[in-house]
Amino acid sequence: MDIHEYQAKEILSGFGVPVPRGGLAYSPEQAAYRAREIGGDCWVVKAQVHTGGRGKAGGVMVCNSEHEVHDAANELFGKRLVTHQTGPKGKVVYRVYVEGAAAIEQEIYLGFVLDRKSERVMVVASAAGGMEIEEISATKPESIIRSVVEPAVGIQDFQAREIAFSLGLKPAQIQQAVSTIKGCYRAFRELDATMVEVNPLVVTADGAIVALDAKMTFDDNALFRHPSVSELRDKSQEDPRESQAADRGLSYVGLEGKIGCIVNGAGLAMATMDMIELAGGQPANFLDIGGGASPERVAKAFRLVMSDGDVQAILVNIFAGINRCDWVAEGIVQALEANPVNVPVIVRLAGTHVEEGRKILSKSGLPIIRAATLKEAAERAVSAWQNDIKHNVKMVASS
Amino acid sequence: MSILIDRTTPVLVQGITGKIGSFHAKEMIDYGTHVVGGVVPGRGGENVHGVPVYDTMKEAVEQTGASISIVFVPPPFAADSIMEAADSGIKLCAAITDGIPAQDMIRVKRYMRRYQRENRMQLIGPNCAGIISPGKALLGIMPGHIYQAGSIGVVGRSGTLGYEAASQMKELGIGVSTSVGIGGDPINGSSFKDVLALFEEDPETSAVAMIGEIGGPQEAEAAEFIRDHMTKPVVAYVAGLSAPKGRTMGHAGAIISAFGESASEKVEILRDVGVTIAPDPSQIGSTIAGVVSKAA
Repeated sequence: MDIHEYQAKEILSGFGVPVPRGGLAYSPEQAAYRAREIGGDCWVVKAQVHTGGRGKAGGVMVCNSEHEVHDAANELFGKRLVTHQTGPKGKVVYRVYVEGAAAIEQEIYLGFVLDRKSERVMVVASAAGGMEIEEISATKPESIIRSVVEPAVGIQDFQAREIAFSLGLKPAQIQQAVSTIKGCYRAFRELDATMVEVNPLVVTADGAIVALDAKMTFDDNALFRHPSVSELRDKSQEDPRESQAADRGLSYVGLEGKIGCIVNGAGLAMATMDMIELAGGQPANFLDIGGGASPERVAKAFRLVMSDGDVQAILVNIFAGINRCDWVAEGIVQALEANPVNVPVIVRLAGTHVEEGRKILSKSGLPIIRAATLKEAAERAVSAWQNDIKHNVKMVASS
Repeated sequence: MSILIDRTTPVLVQGITGKIGSFHAKEMIDYGTHVVGGVVPGRGGENVHGVPVYDTMKEAVEQTGASISIVFVPPPFAADSIMEAADSGIKLCAAITDGIPAQDMIRVKRYMRRYQRENRMQLIGPNCAGIISPGKALLGIMPGHIYQAGSIGVVGRSGTLGYEAASQMKELGIGVSTSVGIGGDPINGSSFKDVLALFEEDPETSAVAMIGEIGGPQEAEAAEFIRDHMTKPVVAYVAGLSAPKGRTMGHAGAIISAFGESASEKVEILRDVGVTIAPDPSQIGSTIAGVVSKAA
């Protein structure tokens, strides 16, 4: 789960990480009021959206008067920010964060990740802050400092000190840097984060160390023990289909194609998407309906896939292991009878009681296109989708 | 022959009184697995499917002599159960539970290191389908009837994609020595490399099918192992060719977050060390058939 910058700063500040003075605003008036509260003569207005690359997309604006703050906020509210991480649909701005601007002497990258190789938390830092870590590793790989934390005892002072000295900080800044690094680690550890990123961590003109930006991602599997983190979820930043799916216990990822997929098992779902692409189509989604494909689950899956207006064909691929194909087939028939769909439906059943399952599908009289293998299913889905489009084009042309 | 399990090894089921644990315990007993008991704190003295339930792993191991366990405990408590198994002298533990927090798994892996290598429990999973040696024993949730006994070792992250491969193989008359699901979590027990090493040692496994997916460094590590140590032919398929970067595809570990973690990069790395790549998921069985007939 992702959270906003202002939320991450609030959390980190609770762990002793210095952050600039700032305030959240839901309207341009509120933004201007926040600027007055903060004081000074230069502010930064930042769009609060769940994505990196906001600066380049025009989501961060520097202002020199309360009036400018008002106008900047006015421009940002309702704006759809498209960055390299959001996809073409972008993310809409509903909240802005106003901060006092700081004179920056040095920009540092500071990140904490779950390193799958060492199976531990790893600190990643670089004196080349301000740009994204992918860019740093492409252009200045030698500047990257890595340090793995021993999980039994946590991060030690000397480790944080080594990082701070390697970053080229002055002796007077080392202690501040150490407590910042340790604070971020403790937040990561205690709140079950999977990523903490302070980019940039800056040294200001008067020598202070401040987290100018902050990003945190949390382990969905650990949210059960952090209700205060769960509360920070902002559904306006999620694909509505994905939040709907998550609320129903289905695993769904919206994609850009036209062929909807309903599959059991994550690996088989990915393989089905691959197969569609190889057959010349594009998957509209990833969807794993999980182990027990009960009629209710299948029905939910159909409703979810059809709620995507771009879907022009549906491919159902179920490998019934512990499950039984006849039950799955009944689920499909029930789902389609209760909620008829106007796009071609291709069904591939395999595994336990497959013959009984096929019989149920043909007896139903529903216009289901059946397939015996994964390959056949993908090819039939793609050709049914292409024919369906041609058919619709002809109908439009003749009417 | 097979790796890891056989018909006589005594097995404990952790979480045997739960709905899922009870269902799969029955399936395993019916398949012929030597299930000798279950462990659920506070339920000691009860009986499930004719086997006794114990309160603690230590007591259960003492009473039954079990050396293997399987974990069906819910996610918030599963890491604790795995560590309890490690401490009780269990040699092999398959954790089926999906949804264990990543930092709990960091703790589990760190905890297991306090035992010397020769006494250290081997962990399979979590978030996996377990292990099956067709015709012998089942320590997992696979549907036994789709597997034919034979000489191909199978190791993969995904359950259902493993079933797909097994049924394609059966269709072509190819059997499996053992199939191991290592699970879809970012931090797990045995890796591809660990299981490949077992297959390399197993005299009755003639070739290995490896089914990987996007995310993590384990396929690349396996490629290094294959290059330096494998003499048996390996066939591989990597799922997620069409998966976008930075999105989690169902499995908590199926996310491309670093260089070398995409399906196409992994395929290249494996091809470079001489692994035969199945061009698409419908050709896993036929690719194995091709490799086996060439070897014969």
